[in-house]
Amino acid sequence: MPAAGVVMFFAAVLIVLAVVYYLVSTINALQTITQALDEAITGVVGIIEKSAPVDDVVTSINTNLDAGVDLLEGLLVKKAGMSDAVGLVAGLYPGAAGEGFRNFPESKETTAPRISEVYTKGTLTLARLGREAPIAAASPNGPALRNPSYGSTAARGLYPEVRQTRPSSMPRSPIIGTDSPVQYEPSESPGVRKRMPVPVGAAPPSEATATEGGIVKSGLAFLRRLRNEDAEAPPSGAADQD
Amino acid sequence: MTLEWIGDALLLLVVLPVVVYLLRGVLNAANGIVPSAQQIATAAAAGSKDLDATALLLTTQDQVKKTIEVAADYGGSLDVILDDAS
Repeated sequence: MPAAGVVMFFAAVLIVLAVVYYLVSTINALQTITQALDEAITGVVGIIEKSAPVDDVVTSINTNLDAGVDLLEGLLVKKAGMSDAVGLVAGLYPGAAGEGFRNFPESKETTAPRISEVYTKGTLTLARLGREAPIAAASPNGPALRNPSYGSTAARGLYPEVRQTRPSSMPRSPIIGTDSPVQYEPSESPGVRKRMPVPVGAAPPSEATATEGGIVKSGLAFLRRLRNEDAEAPPSGAADQD
Repeated sequence: MTLEWIGDALLLLVVLPVVVYLLRGVLNAANGIVPSAQQIATAAAAGSKDLDATALLLTTQDQVKKTIEVAADYGGSLDVILDDAS
């Protein structure tokens, strides 16, 4: 075989080897692409199947919600009137009144009264917590959250005054006037009594008692006398002196 | 004889490089598609998985229907209890 033929043979072999190498590599890449596209097709089919009923379901939900909006808007306007209804919406959702009610185009032109300013949010909350409020249905046998008859008593119970415990007898109010059983003499210096007051008819304190111990001893004697009177007589007179 | 050598030269210096160049281009293009196709497959699988929750829309549909029915019942009662504004 001539040398030129040998070179041509090897050249042809080289070309064939190059073609085989690149074609095999391309086939492998295309197989990988095919597998990936199969997975993609499976996912897309799943998306199509799962999203098929969404349109009907969402349409149904929107239809029901539209009916609810129509119902509530109509009821609110019917019961509260257009002006107060717009005011309520503006009070609860500031700025929402400008959009108006969907089924009442004239509500956009209605000026919302400032309900949230006239009735504070706390007042509105209390109004919602009435006996008939649905929130009270959780404990129908318990006390009402807002009882208009006894609510003030419950509030008074918060104060530590002995009167709130409703005792059987309370100290009577002191009797004042010129004929009161206890006469007070005007003092020359504020806060200091000339002598402690005594009931009318009682023996005046001795000078020794009044002067030996000064104000402190006379006060102690007065308290001691009060205790003796409490033990011997009903507490009406002694209580009056308090 | 000379023509055979010329043919050999053409085969080695022209045909072989052209064949290699073309086949390499095809291979590079195919290899460039592979990651894109894999990303598409991953995205489609994730999208399909995300839509698993669409079955809950049926529950939402029922709940909305019941809620509107309850609201309608309340509305009917309020319509009887409360006086109209005008």
